[in-house]
Amino acid sequence: MQQMQQIPDVIKLIPLNFYVLFSSALFCIGIVGVLTRRNAIIIFMSVELMLNAVNLLLAAFSSYRADPSGQIFVFFIMAVAAAEVAVGLAIIVMIYRNIQTIDVGILNKLKW
Amino acid sequence: MSLVTLIPLFPLIGFLINGIGFRHVPKSLVGIIGSAAALASFACALSLFIGFSGQPEVTHLFDWITVGKLNISMSFQIDQLSLLMLLIITGVGSLIHIYSVGYMHHDEGFGKFFAFLNLFLFFMLLLVLGSNFVVMFIGWEGVGLCSYLLIGFWNKNSNYGNAARKAFIMNRIGDLGFLLGIFLIINHFGSVEFADVFGKIAEGDYESGDKTLLYITLLLFVGAMGKSAQIPLYTWLPDAMAGPTPVSALIHAATMVTAGIYMIIRANIMYSLSPETLEIVGWVGAATAVLAASIGLFQNDIKKVLAYSTVSQLGYMFMGLGVMAYSSSFFHVMTHAFFKALLFLGAGSVIHAMSDEQDIRFMGGLRKKLPVTFITFLIATIAISGIPPFAGFFSKDEILAHVYEHNKLMWVVALAGSVMTSFYMFRLLFLTFFGEFRGTHEQEHHLHESPITMTLPLMLLAVLSAIGGFFNLPHIFNGHASLAEFMSPLFAHTHSTAHEADASTEIMLMVISVAAALIAAAFAYFLYIIKKSVPAADGQESGLKKVIYNKYYVDELYDKIFVTPITVLSNFFHSVIEFLVIDLIVEGIGKGVKILSGEARLLQNGTTGYYIFAMVISIAVILAWSLRAFLF
Repeated sequence: MQQMQQIPDVIKLIPLNFYVLFSSALFCIGIVGVLTRRNAIIIFMSVELMLNAVNLLLAAFSSYRADPSGQIFVFFIMAVAAAEVAVGLAIIVMIYRNIQTIDVGILNKLKW
Repeated sequence: MSLVTLIPLFPLIGFLINGIGFRHVPKSLVGIIGSAAALASFACALSLFIGFSGQPEVTHLFDWITVGKLNISMSFQIDQLSLLMLLIITGVGSLIHIYSVGYMHHDEGFGKFFAFLNLFLFFMLLLVLGSNFVVMFIGWEGVGLCSYLLIGFWNKNSNYGNAARKAFIMNRIGDLGFLLGIFLIINHFGSVEFADVFGKIAEGDYESGDKTLLYITLLLFVGAMGKSAQIPLYTWLPDAMAGPTPVSALIHAATMVTAGIYMIIRANIMYSLSPETLEIVGWVGAATAVLAASIGLFQNDIKKVLAYSTVSQLGYMFMGLGVMAYSSSFFHVMTHAFFKALLFLGAGSVIHAMSDEQDIRFMGGLRKKLPVTFITFLIATIAISGIPPFAGFFSKDEILAHVYEHNKLMWVVALAGSVMTSFYMFRLLFLTFFGEFRGTHEQEHHLHESPITMTLPLMLLAVLSAIGGFFNLPHIFNGHASLAEFMSPLFAHTHSTAHEADASTEIMLMVISVAAALIAAAFAYFLYIIKKSVPAADGQESGLKKVIYNKYYVDELYDKIFVTPITVLSNFFHSVIEFLVIDLIVEGIGKGVKILSGEARLLQNGTTGYYIFAMVISIAVILAWSLRAFLF
């Protein structure tokens, strides 16, 4: 209990700027991953990376502003992301069963 | 529910039953429903008339349009004028409904016919019951619609359809005038209620010849011209004879065509303050009376003769209005409704017996085969020719006396019309009922008197035509002029300049006109009975007779002046403006969109990475744009 209350203080050990820069970097890595990779699973992982970059930023700001709602939000994002992963992976499995590949470059039937 | 609302309601219900249930309601029931609706309205009108207090009563149904200060309500007004009109419409209307049961019995559109007739009654009652100009206008348009539907009743014949369209379009020209008049009234008085508008005029200091009133009355008169078939909008009425004969009797003789006269009498206070308009009304009426009568002289179609006679009689009514003899005009409306309906129904009976032959050159000698029709037709002929003591004599001579007091020249014109009226009516009578039968053997074999449903209305109308004049017996015959007396509250605020002719002048005028009518009748007797002459076949006439037989080529003239240019213009618009301008713009826009979207759709290439890339770029741009204050 004692330790739980110290978490914000621990977070504050690192300056806020570092969090912002780090999250931005993480987010950009995610974007680049999504844009460049063709494997659906890797794209998926990159998306998770982006989500977590945001989560991290939320947690950091929440501590610095002494407002717990940011951290509550993080929990929500995690829950939703978990559900998303479940659905997304299921879709990828189905795609693989149908066309024996998970290369998104081939999945271009939905056009004009 | 008051009696006033019931009057138009009955025909409406009749219309709904017969109209919606067309082909499902049994034929025997159709006629009963249709006639019962008319008779029920007549009963209501009669009980209202008996219980009438002498004061106008307005029954407010509901507020209809409320815009700013203007409030147009759906309300009915009962006063002397609307009561008399109600009695004429429902009374004559009922008789014609009963007659139609016999006349239309073999027609496959029997139910449709009764539905339309009832609808017509409904609108006509609305027209005369309305307590403001707008309700009147609804009725006005409605009767025009029913007239269209009934003229083109036998719509398999395209000529009939054209006649119906002609009537509708001609009426539309008049309706525009009426509508503009209403707008002007709204603009000037801020109300359309008769009581408000006429009250304001009665209280206000409007001088005789007020400009606004002049415009209003002129525009309203244009409406009346269309509906009541006056020059220059009269040519639709003769063509309207394409409809079944009961329709001609009800709509194109007794009721609808008198709507214009009703409207002017209703607005008499305005007209009395516009002497210029009255002068125009009078001369248009006089010109129409004599022109139509002269065309009637040489027509060979039994219904055409009657149609021109109607136009001519309407001209007399307008002449009466023009000299401010409003009650005399209305008296003529009433007697005309009796004898002209009778003439048309008699003609219908003849046509029925003749297996749809309408040309009097192929008739003759019918008086032995159709005794009832003959006697009633004879009474009506005497009545319309103005021979005492039948109805037409009193009403026409009242108008003539007032015209004489106002303008001697107009009186001469009117007298000429009256002579012609007498001549063509007796010509019609002699050619149809006297002499030898000139039709085919088959037709002769088929000749028969009409059934009781047809002859009963004939007899009732004959009685009315005979005694109708005594409703308004003038003072010189020890009468009380009871109709004029009854209607006098309507003209309470009208400062009439029409003064009574003294007794000796009046008697002199009567003697002259009766003598003229008798001479014309004798001339017709000489020509068609003693000399047994029969009108020449088509294309055999010559000179003036040919011009008149072809109706002075007025239709051809209108065709050249109005129809042809409009057709040419329409063709131009159709082939040039429509194809080159409108189609180019409309199709250009369509094609432009198609080309653009053809290019744009290539963006949607199905590659997920490409979409995401576009999304990221877009987000970056949006972000940069919203943060531009910080970034730059």
